[in-house]
Amino acid sequence: MGGLQKKKYESGSATNYITRNRARKKLQLSLPDFRRLCILKGIYPHEPKHKKKVNKGSTAPRTFYLLKDIRFLLHEPIVGKFREYKIFVRKLKKAYAKTEHTAVERLKENKPTYKLDHIVKERYPTFIDALRDIEDALCMCFLFSTFARTGKCHVQTIQLCRRLTVEWMNFAITSRALRKVFISIKGIYYQVEVMGQLITWLVPYQFSHDHPTDVDYRVMATFTEFYTTLLGFINFRLYNSLNLVYPPKLDSKAEQALKDNNEEDYALDAESYLEKLSAFSASLTRVVSAAEEEAQMDHFPVDEEDMEKLEEREKEQKQQEAQKKMFEGLKFFLNREVPRESLAFVIRCFGGEVSWDRSVCIGSTYDETDETITHHIVDRPSVGTQYINRYYIQPQWVYDCVNAKIVLPVEDYFMGVTLPPHLSPFVEEKEGDYVPPEKLKIMALQRGEKPAQQNDEEEESEEEEEGDDEDDDEAEEEEDKVQEKKLKKMEAQRSQPKVRVTPGVMKVDNPAQREQQEKAEEKRLAIMMMKKKDKYLYDKIMFGKKRKVRETNKLAAKRKAHDDNEKAMKKKARK
Amino acid sequence: MEDTRRSDNVDATEVLQRTPKKKEKTKRVADDGEYDDEIFSIHVCDKEEDGEESGSAESVFSGLEDSGSDSEEEEEEEGGDGSDKDEDDEVEQGDSRDDGGCQKKEEYDLDSSDEEDIRNTVGNIPMEWYKDFPHVGYNLDGKKIYKPIRSKDELEQFLDKMENPDYWRTVHDKRTGSDIVLSDEQVELVKRLQRGQFGDVNFDEFQPSVDFFTKDVMLHPVTNRPADKRSFIPSLVEKDKVSKLVHAIKMGWIKPRRARDDGGGRYYDLWSNEDSSLAAQHRMHLPAPKIPLPGHHESYNPPPEYLFTEEERALWEQQDPADRKLPFVPVKFSSLRRVPAFPRFIHERFERCLDLYLCPRQRKMRVDVDPEDLIPKLPKPKDLRPFPTTQSLVYRGHGGLVRSISVSPSGQWLASGSDDGSVRFWEVSSSRCVQVVPVGGAVKCVRWNPNPCVCLLAVALDSLVLIVSPPLAERQVLLSSERLLAAHREAEPAENAGPAGWSDAEGEERRLGLRLKIRHPKAVKQLAWHAKGDYLASVMPDHSSHQQVFVHQLSTRRSQNPFRRNKGLVQCVSFHPVRPYFFVATQRNVRIYNLAKQEMTKKLQANSKWISSMAVHPGGDHVICGSYDCRLGWFDLDLSTKPYKMLRHHKKAVRAVAYHRLYPLFASASDDGSVIVCHGTVYNDLLQNPLIVPVKVLKGHMVTHELGVLDVTFHPTQPWVFSSGADSTVRLFT
Repeated sequence: MGGLQKKKYESGSATNYITRNRARKKLQLSLPDFRRLCILKGIYPHEPKHKKKVNKGSTAPRTFYLLKDIRFLLHEPIVGKFREYKIFVRKLKKAYAKTEHTAVERLKENKPTYKLDHIVKERYPTFIDALRDIEDALCMCFLFSTFARTGKCHVQTIQLCRRLTVEWMNFAITSRALRKVFISIKGIYYQVEVMGQLITWLVPYQFSHDHPTDVDYRVMATFTEFYTTLLGFINFRLYNSLNLVYPPKLDSKAEQALKDNNEEDYALDAESYLEKLSAFSASLTRVVSAAEEEAQMDHFPVDEEDMEKLEEREKEQKQQEAQKKMFEGLKFFLNREVPRESLAFVIRCFGGEVSWDRSVCIGSTYDETDETITHHIVDRPSVGTQYINRYYIQPQWVYDCVNAKIVLPVEDYFMGVTLPPHLSPFVEEKEGDYVPPEKLKIMALQRGEKPAQQNDEEEESEEEEEGDDEDDDEAEEEEDKVQEKKLKKMEAQRSQPKVRVTPGVMKVDNPAQREQQEKAEEKRLAIMMMKKKDKYLYDKIMFGKKRKVRETNKLAAKRKAHDDNEKAMKKKARK
Repeated sequence: MEDTRRSDNVDATEVLQRTPKKKEKTKRVADDGEYDDEIFSIHVCDKEEDGEESGSAESVFSGLEDSGSDSEEEEEEEGGDGSDKDEDDEVEQGDSRDDGGCQKKEEYDLDSSDEEDIRNTVGNIPMEWYKDFPHVGYNLDGKKIYKPIRSKDELEQFLDKMENPDYWRTVHDKRTGSDIVLSDEQVELVKRLQRGQFGDVNFDEFQPSVDFFTKDVMLHPVTNRPADKRSFIPSLVEKDKVSKLVHAIKMGWIKPRRARDDGGGRYYDLWSNEDSSLAAQHRMHLPAPKIPLPGHHESYNPPPEYLFTEEERALWEQQDPADRKLPFVPVKFSSLRRVPAFPRFIHERFERCLDLYLCPRQRKMRVDVDPEDLIPKLPKPKDLRPFPTTQSLVYRGHGGLVRSISVSPSGQWLASGSDDGSVRFWEVSSSRCVQVVPVGGAVKCVRWNPNPCVCLLAVALDSLVLIVSPPLAERQVLLSSERLLAAHREAEPAENAGPAGWSDAEGEERRLGLRLKIRHPKAVKQLAWHAKGDYLASVMPDHSSHQQVFVHQLSTRRSQNPFRRNKGLVQCVSFHPVRPYFFVATQRNVRIYNLAKQEMTKKLQANSKWISSMAVHPGGDHVICGSYDCRLGWFDLDLSTKPYKMLRHHKKAVRAVAYHRLYPLFASASDDGSVIVCHGTVYNDLLQNPLIVPVKVLKGHMVTHELGVLDVTFHPTQPWVFSSGADSTVRLFT
């Protein structure tokens, strides 16, 4: 008597998802266009919970999109633009084939373009959303800005990327937002804090890329298209928030100074402007030339519990302020072999003054001969003429200072000296993790303990150890004798019959230990009674923990072996 | 103004001069001829060259002349090689024309149309194509031109090289396949060319150049032609074009050029009026996970412990890229300037892009469990005392693995049967071996009669079951056991003793304590007494037979085979302690038979591959089964035919299981050398399930030949457990 039988797969999760091909047909787009649309709109496949149900009983591997997402794409004005572009290409081909050059030109001039503003707004309804998702955009733009202009993508894109990244870095300098830097083998990581968001990006080293053949540059270009739009809007907003002029303009004073410096310009003003900006040596024009207003934290009447937190926060803030002004008053000079852009950016971010040889790049502010230079950054074993009143240090010092949040002693970083390891500032060791000894040293420095004494002590202890070693030698000889005696004894024992009486060892009853043992046994027994499912999970967790411990131990052992080896080498060298 | 015009005119004349030459050239390329001829022609012409230099008049003349005498001249003069012609174009052309004037007759003499033409007419093609053919091409008649018969092998060539004085100036012509000996002049020419000099000896390359057109501006133009009329009147063609464009603009076909908006004006404050209403639309949105931040491994100058050792590096290289823990090898550079570009940078970016738009996203809840919470809360073993905790006695003496042990119902004596062919009797409290009974075969099973009024031991070896009456009890008890064994005489021997053969032990054997021998058709593996002590069941596992279980009655000396059909390989059997039930464990099931009704009442599924042992709770409602796949199953007969609990706490096969008669304890022995004692309280309340808590892992036996503990049994009154192992010892844990 019941109604019609319900058909399968006509309701529920089967109707919430759509396969890629069906989606494509629904949108009437070619696959590349569909891909582009997905990239621009940020649509990605979803993994349904019950794949078989969604796949109508089949287990074939398919990618599923949410039906709602696809419906949402239906009304996208960009889709119309794609079609327009398709028609444009057809017309252009035809004109080429007929060798109608005027028509070709006319068509090219009226090439259909589209804007992605509304998509940016749609994908990131608030500014914070956009900031949160900017890491990929930054990485991509920084990569594209290092490309040579050799046809892998449009020159305009490369220029635009370069412009946007320079704007971004200039903003970071002006707002003193840089927190951490890390030189890795891939490139240089920077981390800035903007509006409370930590943003990390990676910049490749300045080398020409050998472009891989198995990479689809069209996909990357589509991403970059979106990212440049996003980054541009973000830059605009950020510049506005600091009362800076956008597009950025150099301070008139600074500009004048720069002009004076290089009198004969090597390029047109318009062309060299970006380069001047990218030199990071001058400050930017503000809309309102306001004095530095420091936002003092207001005091609120709070509970005692919160009070502690508040104090802590205040302390942190003070520390951060100190970090921001770390290089203030220091004058750096960059030798030509160091990465200028990176160092200039970092130093300027912390208030230092920086210059370089005039022939390296536009925008140098003072010469090598300047007597007031405090730090000269060199990356070669020796330099010709040395000035007495400055430190010749290696570039790692600057980065390590930033990560340690204090100005480190320069002794370890002198020219030609073997550098201490460069540690990742992004690793936050929890309890039980392996902490490299260098990190411990830096932490001690941060707490304000003096490293010099430690060093002395170490040396002393080393000397003592050496003394011990000498003793050891003697002791070894003695030991040899003792061992011989022992051997003799053993032989004597062997010749005697086996039966003998040995003094018994009294078992010491240790209640604490016994209790512990009992507890451990109890636990072991309880584990035996676990359910299969729980046991599996438990084993997995324990395995993970054990692995972690193992890794830590391994690292520690490796370090110890290395240090011992080093010591032995040193001793050998001394002898 | 004038200057430019003049130069224009000059250009014009030059162009005029050149055009005929070009024509010539193109034609020449089409033709073909011999190289030699060409060289000679050069030589001949050179002599007259010096004289001419002046005048466009001549060039005009030559152009005219050319057009007249094209056909004849070229055929002879020029070779097919268009390539080397370009360089000495200028020289040649002028000369050849002169020749045309003065030497006409001679050339005609040389050339005759009916002369046998040996020139190869195959064209300018690679001659390798004819490599394998006897001919090198075709003549004008389409006949093959054969290669000269070359039979020069290496040796001949060598001889030739040694003997022939002209060998060094002999050149092989690929096109005709013949050898040509160069003349002195030709050799000289080659040498000059090799030196990079002009081919002509007389040519002075350093002669001062005289410009034809002076660079100075002259007073008079070269031509004084008035401007055309058309330069004064508007062009109709242009008018047409303009009108077309105007029309196209009117119709909207041509749009004005759009202003390129590339500057800073492109961006504006996009988020000036933020509203969170849009955010609600994206409830299903899962933001892409961020790329994890780099660790110390990635540093350009990492601490030494993060660098790979040789083995780690080798391992890394062997691993599949997907399995690697780090996608790169950590490297240490002594200074920043030595750091190279990262080769996979673009790849990594691209992979990230692919992840962003191709990877399906799914929200996954991470399991955040404290592992301590997963451990079940059980009563503490301390509270469940008494149970055996320590090894207190070891019974040594056997020479082989001790297969089976049994404790007398009084709890004073322990019997053990071993592979060394003896049964030993031990005093439990002192671990003293009281008696050794050599039985002459590996003992598979010993079982003490549970009746406290008799003192009898059943021993299984090979196909025999022996009943032993050891002198280890009071006289009263011994007498009563003798009486039991002798009872059949009074009750007149039955018609037939059934499938097994009964016989009395005699002589020496009798002196040792052996009383009865029951002969079975096959090897006996296990024995089980009924609680009353009169019935004895024996198991002979065999796949193909229905005679796997015998039940013997001692008092009547009768045996019977209770099962008519084979239901699987029987592993062990057991009597119900109080009721007339009989448990038969096959490989995977336990069948329970009602002996009174003679039917099967229950079939328990063990959920294991191969049952090794079984024990019945003294209450009779619970059964435990050990299996070779490391499991121990507890069955609650009232609950279900499936195990109430499966315990997997042994690492290896479970060999034996046992219940304590009085205490709520059970033990299991395994090949991993351990005996695990568990507390198993059974409640009278049917609604409450038994409580099972492992209380102690007893270790003492050594694992020998992959065998650990073989048998386990409890003391009848004390919370003590005995175990026998493959290390030929029996141990007591108290």
